[in-house]
Amino acid sequence: MIGSPYTLASNSTATIMFKVLLALLPGIAAHVWLFGPGIVVSLILCSAFAIGFETLLLLARRLPLQPFLSDNSALVSAWLLALSLPTLAPWWLYAIGIGIAIVIAKQLYGGLGQNLFNPAMVGYAALIVSFPVYMTQWPAPIVLADHAIGLWDAFDIVFSGQGSISADAYTSATLLDTWKTQVRLNTAPEVLLAQPIFGWIGARGHEIVALMYLAGGLLLFWGKRITWHIPLAFLAGVALTAGVLQLIDPTQHASPLLHLFSGGVMLGAFFIATDPVTAATTPRGKLIYAAMAGFLTVIIRGFGSFPDGVAFAILLMNMCVPFIDDYTQPRVFGHPRKRSKAGQP
Amino acid sequence: MKTQLFTFHGGVHPEQHKAESNAAPISVMPLLPRYVVPMRQHIGTPARPVVSVGDRVLRGQIVGAAEGYVSTAAHAPTSGRVVAIEACAVPHPSGLFDLAVVIEADGEDLSIDMQPLDWRALDPSALRNRIRDMGLAGLGGAVFPSYIKLNPGAQKIHTLIVNGAECEPWITCDDRLMRERAAELARGIEIMRHALGCTTVLLGIEDNKPEALAAMRGAAPPDWRVMSVPTLYPSGGGKQLTYLLTGVETPTGGRSTDVGIQVFNVGTAYSLYRAVELGEPLISRVVTLTGHVAQPGNFEARIGTPLADLIAAAGGALPGASGEIVGGPMMGFDLMDLAAPVTKAVNCLIVKSPSLFPPKPVELPCIRCGACARACPADLQPFEMYWYSHAKNFGHAQSYHLFDCIECGCCAYVCPSHIPLVDYFRFAKSEIWEREREKASADQARVRHEFKAFRLEREKREKAEKFAKAAEKSKVAGGADAGAAPADPDAEKKKAILQAALERAAQAKQTVTPKNTDNLPPRVQQEIDAIETRRAGVENTESQK
Ligand code: SF4
Ligand code: SF4
Repeated sequence: MIGSPYTLASNSTATIMFKVLLALLPGIAAHVWLFGPGIVVSLILCSAFAIGFETLLLLARRLPLQPFLSDNSALVSAWLLALSLPTLAPWWLYAIGIGIAIVIAKQLYGGLGQNLFNPAMVGYAALIVSFPVYMTQWPAPIVLADHAIGLWDAFDIVFSGQGSISADAYTSATLLDTWKTQVRLNTAPEVLLAQPIFGWIGARGHEIVALMYLAGGLLLFWGKRITWHIPLAFLAGVALTAGVLQLIDPTQHASPLLHLFSGGVMLGAFFIATDPVTAATTPRGKLIYAAMAGFLTVIIRGFGSFPDGVAFAILLMNMCVPFIDDYTQPRVFGHPRKRSKAGQP
Repeated sequence: MKTQLFTFHGGVHPEQHKAESNAAPISVMPLLPRYVVPMRQHIGTPARPVVSVGDRVLRGQIVGAAEGYVSTAAHAPTSGRVVAIEACAVPHPSGLFDLAVVIEADGEDLSIDMQPLDWRALDPSALRNRIRDMGLAGLGGAVFPSYIKLNPGAQKIHTLIVNGAECEPWITCDDRLMRERAAELARGIEIMRHALGCTTVLLGIEDNKPEALAAMRGAAPPDWRVMSVPTLYPSGGGKQLTYLLTGVETPTGGRSTDVGIQVFNVGTAYSLYRAVELGEPLISRVVTLTGHVAQPGNFEARIGTPLADLIAAAGGALPGASGEIVGGPMMGFDLMDLAAPVTKAVNCLIVKSPSLFPPKPVELPCIRCGACARACPADLQPFEMYWYSHAKNFGHAQSYHLFDCIECGCCAYVCPSHIPLVDYFRFAKSEIWEREREKASADQARVRHEFKAFRLEREKREKAEKFAKAAEKSKVAGGADAGAAPADPDAEKKKAILQAALERAAQAKQTVTPKNTDNLPPRVQQEIDAIETRRAGVENTESQK
């Protein structure tokens, strides 16, 4: 071991992860403002469960706690899952989701850096398959709800099931759900779009949150935490696919803008698909990976049985990453300018 | 002059730390009582000691002669007596000792008769022969024997690139050299141009050295291009600078000469000037001494100066020093022994302190963030190479072009998980080399074994034949005079052939041995002859013991 370089740039995995958390704050703030403090409860719960599971697993795997607990990666997974799940769901739903994310998708794969699939998305996928009913009951925007939920109400609902308030008073179906069920009943899109749950471009309330995720994502980009490849290709994949589908059948398919600003697209584009561990790494690979994920998102939304397709699209593409990376190795300095594939000497 | 530059991929901006040592002029080290001149100061075969203990030497006298083609000579840095020829501490990452000639100075600093050369009058090949025994080697740190690089051979060199980028943090010896000795340096470059027979001269200097740029522009003839390149480590890497200035990529596994370009460091140009115009072999160089010392600066130190003395010349290390780095912080290594001397390769010594070089944070797993790939000037995917090196799957590491890695350290510098990536790559490379060596020697052993089996078989057969013949003969001769049966004529013939072959081999050996000493001026030849006789004497006494 020679030891050089002796100077290191002042960055660390912990700070990178911390910056991701910071960049999520605008979206979270918008969420609190538009939907009440429920999200704070699920964030706290998910974080606590994540740290708990991570500690247990590190102990079981006889790994040092300090460096791994302080790398903030468990918190990032916890927050991403919390932001993908409906708020005000029962506490055990969060526990199961986080358990699957941290224990199975992350630690059993070998821990930080070794997992093939994005932990938060594995947790989400497991929940939506197992508990579809809970996963579709989203709190309505404050302006539409009959009953405003305070912080203590939120804790009450999460821990004691329904609490004193009827769920109907604060939840509503999501836009993507409504769209899917209504167009299949041949409701005209114009009629649908006039419903109160639709806002200017996407779902009422959620569109603002998505805009804030976009803002946070741009901060990540300017902070050089992510490159432009994945978000841009992902959004382009969504928009192009949605555009083509709408051209083919405007009575069945929503507009590209509606797709971009509803569900998990913005969060997925900037925060989930960009998870370095599970994303493609070469510049060309990132473009292929993210564009395909965007394409699959819209296809699953349009033709699948699940309300949103972001999680499944990203998980499917996670699976292709080794293959994509292998075929998109950049040309090495001084090598002939032709396609070369790693894995072949 | 504005010229287009070509930016290479990646690179990093480590803290510069140039100001510590670049303000004061180069100071010349006073004469020391003792110098240690290692025989291995260059890439290639180590020099062979040609003096013996007790000999008096003069400044500039060859104490180690070049051995073989890729080699160069080592010279006495001052006049005095050879007190030891033994394994000494040398500045090498391994910390292993290496053969050196130890000279005790007599304080008179008498020099050999140094003869300046009218190089313009000499044709390039004669010029190259004259500088072969001057001990020149690349002073940028690569220490490849210069006379070989000055010999374009079959390839036509059209462009000479002179590397004044000095991109490693902390190091300022080239900066000071360019500022203070621009005219001499320029003459060295002209000699290079003459020896290479090329026309274009490009001089690349990072834009954090405006004074050096100005000085070199002032000294440069109108047909050179002195180019300011952006400060970005590793712009001073040979391949990177070549690309920056010309847009030409050095082909993988090749040299820049494959594309008609030769690269020299400014320090080498300066020492070439001294060798040719002053007749002085390479016996000193400028070394930056910086970091946690009282007066950081640049020192013109004789080759062989113990590094402890160099530190003393800078006022000594400050309290709390925590070791030394030889070279820059990006590519250097830890000094194991302060008794090790300044060699041709030592361009910088940094005294460490915990505040300047904090201990490295714990290594965490790779999160595939790709920061390393974005920083890599060779366009590699360091994390993939790391993954496979870590798993000891060296074949795969190699398929990610491990051997295109220039070990610049950019990847490890940016890695947020603080993985010592370059250490893994050095390890993987050495393992692969080791395996190739093992394989080669196994192959050799196999060939040897097969040959031996073949020989035994043949001998058995021959013996049997001979026996049969002899038996026949004795039958014919009727058993008469069997004891004096002459060896069969076949065997006689074979013996003669063998004898002839041996003689040819001996002759060939004789013509091969003096290869690195032919074409010498008579004076040097005489000197060598004298040395050879002395050596023969030493060998005799040694074998008598
Ligand atoms: S910079 Fe470090 S953590 Fe990031 S991909 Fe490279 S090796 Fe892995
Ligand atoms: S050390 Fe090798 S892999 Fe790392 S940046 Fe330099 S060339 Fe690339």
